[in-house]
Amino acid sequence: MIGLEHYLFVAASLFVIGIFGIFLNRRNVIIVLMSIEIMLLSINLNMVSFSYFLSDFKGQVFSMFILTVAAAEAAIGLAILVCYFRNKGSISIGSVNSMKG
Amino acid sequence: MLPIDFIFYIFSLVTISAASFVIFSNNSVHSVLWLILAFISAAGLFILLNAEFIAMLVVVVYVGAVAVLFLFVVMMLNSDPPSKQVKFSNFIPVGIITALVIFVELGLIFSGWTFAENTYIANKNFIDTTENNTMSLGKVLYTEYFLSFQISGIILLVAMVGAIVLTLSKRDNVKRQGVVDQMYRDPKKSVSLKDIKPGQGL
Repeated sequence: MIGLEHYLFVAASLFVIGIFGIFLNRRNVIIVLMSIEIMLLSINLNMVSFSYFLSDFKGQVFSMFILTVAAAEAAIGLAILVCYFRNKGSISIGSVNSMKG
Repeated sequence: MLPIDFIFYIFSLVTISAASFVIFSNNSVHSVLWLILAFISAAGLFILLNAEFIAMLVVVVYVGAVAVLFLFVVMMLNSDPPSKQVKFSNFIPVGIITALVIFVELGLIFSGWTFAENTYIANKNFIDTTENNTMSLGKVLYTEYFLSFQISGIILLVAMVGAIVLTLSKRDNVKRQGVVDQMYRDPKKSVSLKDIKPGQGL
């Protein structure tokens, strides 16, 4: 029988994969944004699984809000990347540390 | 093992392996495609949790909008380095330690999870299994969480305006339509009658 722990284990693994992706990354910033999307997806999975096992709707409502914020964050992040690429000509991780302040 | 358990294991295995392929893949385009697979199988997990509306929303928003946006940007920026050899970053030990610590902590929290006794009493929005998911979610969303719903709409509007402002670039050598100038153009100032004598130029 699949219980709450199974879903929480999947969500925790996704979250850790997202965190590890941020550290592992060696090429460009887009993979970092994708890792953040994976982490937000795992939070959504947590919310919905608690909503199911508590039979409460709040979890699904807040997972919709998380989805909204994820979409907004992806749009803004990619816009910043495009802007940065236009200025610098590359989006490799090594050159992004010049964005200070 | 029940068939629904089998389906759960398949979807969760596909989700986790696709997510790890996202971060380990060498090609950014392949990463986006693995990301799409991870989203779709996570939508399958949402369907197993009786959250059909959230599942469809994940497919529409994540796969239809966010992943396609990623694909556009990856292909537009063409960021993969010419050298094919894999160069790992210097932060891998730190990353492994951080990931392991967080995973162990989450495991400690979640392994023996029991709900408090009065959890169900505090719960006001019970899931009514006789209605479909979309209808009952709408009933909660448009009554109790109406203000938060409108604020999330404003967040999307701000994100849209911000993305446009960030990426809009003004070029100097492009002629544009000056709408205000056109509207305030006066025929008295711009048109004049000239009396030209025959045989003479202007």
